[in-house]
Amino acid sequence: MEYNGGSVVAMIGKDCVAIASDLRLGQQSVGVAMNFDKVFPVNDKLYYGLPGLATDVYTLREQLRFRVNMYRMKEEREITPKTFTHLVSSTLYEKRFGPYFIEPVVAGLPSPTELDPHPKPFISTMDTIGCITTPKDFAVAGTASNKLFGVAEGLWEPDLEPEDLFETISQTLLNAVDRDALSGWGAIVHVITHDKVITRQLRARMD
Amino acid sequence: MTVQIQPQEEAVGFDFSNYARNQFLGQHMNGLPKATSTGTTIVGLKFGGGDSGEEEGVCLGADTRATAGDIVADKNCEKIHYLTPMIRCCGAGTAADTEFVTNLISSNLELHALSQGRPVRVVTAMTMLKQYLFRYQGHVGAHLVLGGVDSTGSHLFTIHAHGSTDKLPYVTMGSGSLAAMAVFESAYKPYLKREEAVALVARAIRAGIFNDLGSGSNVDVSIITKAGCETLRNYEMPNERGVKSRNYKFRRGTTAWVKENIRSLIVKEDVKITSGAGKEQPGIEPHPVPVGAGPGGEEGMDVDS
Repeated sequence: MEYNGGSVVAMIGKDCVAIASDLRLGQQSVGVAMNFDKVFPVNDKLYYGLPGLATDVYTLREQLRFRVNMYRMKEEREITPKTFTHLVSSTLYEKRFGPYFIEPVVAGLPSPTELDPHPKPFISTMDTIGCITTPKDFAVAGTASNKLFGVAEGLWEPDLEPEDLFETISQTLLNAVDRDALSGWGAIVHVITHDKVITRQLRARMD
Repeated sequence: MTVQIQPQEEAVGFDFSNYARNQFLGQHMNGLPKATSTGTTIVGLKFGGGDSGEEEGVCLGADTRATAGDIVADKNCEKIHYLTPMIRCCGAGTAADTEFVTNLISSNLELHALSQGRPVRVVTAMTMLKQYLFRYQGHVGAHLVLGGVDSTGSHLFTIHAHGSTDKLPYVTMGSGSLAAMAVFESAYKPYLKREEAVALVARAIRAGIFNDLGSGSNVDVSIITKAGCETLRNYEMPNERGVKSRNYKFRRGTTAWVKENIRSLIVKEDVKITSGAGKEQPGIEPHPVPVGAGPGGEEGMDVDS
């Protein structure tokens, strides 16, 4: 966890979700890279972040890519955020006694179906062994999680429009990460709405 | 000649492939990351029967706080897990373990019910849980309160992570068990009425919420009688968050960004209706096939010349 550093945060808005991460890859206190994106897409409207040990970020990302592709082929449909969360959770719990050092964050907009024509935006987090929490407001993880909890608790409010959600999640991440030595070195934000995904790289402190 | 077929080794159970690496990492760094645990207050109570004049049953209760170290990870989690329609199980300890153990046993109980053609008994659930937990020698950190009603009556058990079990009329578990037991020891009496039982369980959970740091937020209650199971999610909410008196929205444009990419999810397509595919039509301008579009497009193949 503290070996490579890095943090991820996700927030719910009005008919939109946002997920953001820093871009630092370190080796203890030595900074190594400033383009280490920790947030990956699953499909158009579902993204997830994997803060933690960098080697496990890659292992888990490929493992999940494989399992999601298998799901897509067997089911002939896209995976929903909720199902994907359980997929990640089971993948982590498989290694209950030798876990991946990753605390995943999932953020997605479920597509409307016949059964549920107006699905709610979805976010979730897990601990290293796959215990799911599905908050109604925001989810945080990584080395700056304590600070993120504090800032997000103060800044988040319900029913933010996509552009307002962008400001809130960006300021939350930036200010939390500036107080964490192991996170920072740039940041990237994804705001997912029903008709587009806005991805912005933020101007951040580089120290 | 007989051909010896080696039985395929089934891949079951946990995967220990990262264990050695993590031990090394743990030694060379400041400790391993902490898992979410439910520093918890969970209780159970038998009521009814005797001279109460009411049907006998069990009442389970839980708080809703999940912690990771000294951080509150979830302010409103569910700790009363479903096992079968007539059996519920409260979980304390390592949150992932309580979740997965109860899910696994719930599935196995359903299969058992299907194969036997009758609802499973509470003792069956208890035995399956304790045998599973004993097999893992306490490393699967699930501390449970199990309650339910079956053909033999109402039953209440506690199951510890090492596999030991107790059968008692009133039980508490988790970090708030002492606070909750203090309430039970002073106020429990046999043959309580249903309403009295629910009130006592809620009071015991409240004792945990307010006196134990590991427990907090709301009270969940589940009541199981022969008539069925009623789950009262957030039965009491004594710790509601106050409304913010001011809003903290940022003015749009506060955050400076260096690069933007907007991925539109709406695919637009212009369809031009023609008849006689590819033939030159009067009044319709012919448009060449764009390079790289469709099969043969790359070579700039002509369509129906």
